[in-house]
Amino acid sequence: MQKTGKAAKKVTVSIDGRPVTVPEGTTILEAARQAGVKIPTLCHHTDLKPRATCRLCVVEVKGQRRFQTACNTPVADGSEILTNSKAIREARKTILELLLADHPQDCLKCVRNQNCELQKLANEYQIREVAFERSEKDLPLENTNPSIVRDMNKCVKCGRCVEVCQEVQQVAAINTANRSVDFGVSTAYGESLADSPCVYCGQCIAVCPVGALTEKDDTARVWEALDNPELHVVVQTAPAVRVALGEEFGWAPGTISTGKMVAALRRLGFAKVFDTNFTADLTIIEEGNELLQRIKEGGVLPMITSCSPGWINYIEKFYPELLPHVSTCKSPQQMFGALAKTYYPEKAGIPAEKIFVVSIMPCTAKKYECTRPEMQSSGYQDVDVVLTTRELARMIKQAGIDVEALSEEEYDAPLGISTGAAVIFGASGGVMEAALRTVYEVVTGQELKDVDFKEVRGLTGIKEATVDLAGTKVKIAVANGLANAKVLLEKIKAGQCAYHFIEIMCCPGGCIGGGGQPLGTTVAIKEKRLEATYDIDRGLKLRKSHENPAVKTLYEEFLEKPLGHKSHELLHTVYSKRKY
Amino acid sequence: MSGELKKEQVLKIIKSKGKEKEQLLAILLEIQQASGQNYVDKKWARLVADELGLPLTKVYDALTFYAMFSTEPRGKYIIEICQSAPCHVMNKAALVQMFEKQLGIKMGETTPDGLFTLQYSACFGACDLAPAVKIGEKVYGKLTAQKVAEIIANYRGVSVCPK
Repeated sequence: MQKTGKAAKKVTVSIDGRPVTVPEGTTILEAARQAGVKIPTLCHHTDLKPRATCRLCVVEVKGQRRFQTACNTPVADGSEILTNSKAIREARKTILELLLADHPQDCLKCVRNQNCELQKLANEYQIREVAFERSEKDLPLENTNPSIVRDMNKCVKCGRCVEVCQEVQQVAAINTANRSVDFGVSTAYGESLADSPCVYCGQCIAVCPVGALTEKDDTARVWEALDNPELHVVVQTAPAVRVALGEEFGWAPGTISTGKMVAALRRLGFAKVFDTNFTADLTIIEEGNELLQRIKEGGVLPMITSCSPGWINYIEKFYPELLPHVSTCKSPQQMFGALAKTYYPEKAGIPAEKIFVVSIMPCTAKKYECTRPEMQSSGYQDVDVVLTTRELARMIKQAGIDVEALSEEEYDAPLGISTGAAVIFGASGGVMEAALRTVYEVVTGQELKDVDFKEVRGLTGIKEATVDLAGTKVKIAVANGLANAKVLLEKIKAGQCAYHFIEIMCCPGGCIGGGGQPLGTTVAIKEKRLEATYDIDRGLKLRKSHENPAVKTLYEEFLEKPLGHKSHELLHTVYSKRKY
Repeated sequence: MSGELKKEQVLKIIKSKGKEKEQLLAILLEIQQASGQNYVDKKWARLVADELGLPLTKVYDALTFYAMFSTEPRGKYIIEICQSAPCHVMNKAALVQMFEKQLGIKMGETTPDGLFTLQYSACFGACDLAPAVKIGEKVYGKLTAQKVAEIIANYRGVSVCPK
């Protein structure tokens, strides 16, 4: 990484004849960037370790016989570096040609067309023909699971997905395998992802530079539903989509696009545009009450949140013995689906069988979640199709909607009404903070003046705090990313865990960093999405879930009471050990 | 297919190597040898992974990196024909053809009776015998079609009469 020790010595180097002073230990790549030179990279990713496998970042260092890879070579004081010599340009061109020699030439038909790091480099280096003999492999396309499609013919063997799966998430469903010309990325014994430990988080897709890993595209199914006059097609949008969707249209990361997104969804033809935030508020009421019940009645503690489907897949596969710790609450997406085909039809006077529910999620694991057999409590599949943020953007572009020109619009009532506590579900720590806002008032009977629980915010992997609830000290922890979740789970297993309540999100940073979000996500971009998320919350009048008027009405008209009979039927679920 | 290996046997092999991650290759080799089919079945790879506290994908990476391992059943006898330069110029191709004809299989395949697998090998230092072939630990060189037939018959446990 580009991290340097504290009070690092400064060194001065020459990059293409211009001096630049950087802290000792800075890589050539980073030093060049500071000197205004963008050295091309393919395997490199700002948030991951330098690996120097693609060799595209080679530079000349005076006095060194061989080219050096800029991504992992620290600058030496006084060295003279050439990033754009004839020899370097030729070397890079050759490397690109070699990469292209076994890369399919079907860019026009590729999901990453115009958004591919290899294509971009080929264009920058003006590759017009490839001197090498083509050596394409004919590896089978894997598209048998609901979430992730793998086309290893397109793999450039950069190893980013491997690092994410092995180290960041520690799921280890994929790894490098074989050697020489057969070297590549594979599951164990070439098994399908469905048979592997894969949790469908899609973090591999988020770092793939090319079209080797993509989400299963379900836009065709949504168009078909929208074109069917018999169907009443409603849509829900997850909290983290509104702070990321804009990136797909070239807007700055952190742009809040809620109003325009709602307007665009109406233009696409959805009969009602609802909000997953509504059921996020509902989740807080159910889950908050579940927590209080567990504390009062000596239930299994710590209780762990259940919103993140990648996390649920993980605990079912890796720590089934800890499943009693997981809240029985369904995720907000699935609570929405169950209500959209029970409560909503009653209220709207539309038969449930005519209702088609589409979710827009920052997540690929949600695609799998909606197909679970448990998720049919309305008598139908509660959520019919899940689209990622990326797929929604594709539909908007395909429909020719000029989002820039749209006026902002509001969500439909009642399933579109929500509070600030719901929108922060998109950020790591958000569910915890939202729960605390409600639990505090329920327990103490007093108004919570300062609703900001800042200690649980931010991208730190594990966050801990103790909250005073009228004398009862509640110990909480928040983890994002599965490697961090694992740390907490091992603590629970070892009995070294005094927490009452734990929030776990599968993806680093929470849903704002989900596997279905716009590509090119980095820590810096996640920070922007977080800022936007808390900006939305701060700007709202209602910031506590129990103040949501539509949720109150829902209990009065339909559910009766939290954790009641109907809630259990529609809003809660069971988990089971899953083999892999 | 997990051959005739039993779980207890595999556990014993793992235990005999001290159940250490550093012993991964030695453990896998012994399992492969004990398998009767010269390969490491997924079932046993998973057991090794669990016992050593490694992800299965890491074990698979090792198994597919080293040429000595196979993840698919192979013949009881592995016939390895050297494909390095000295053997190549000494007409390795003809030797391959002799074995293919004698065994009725192509390079990389296993005879239907599960006895022989024909594959290439890197140099094993028998350049003086080029083109050289290795079956198990035994090295043969300067072969003729007839000698190939004899060798195969020997491994099959039958005798052949010279024409």
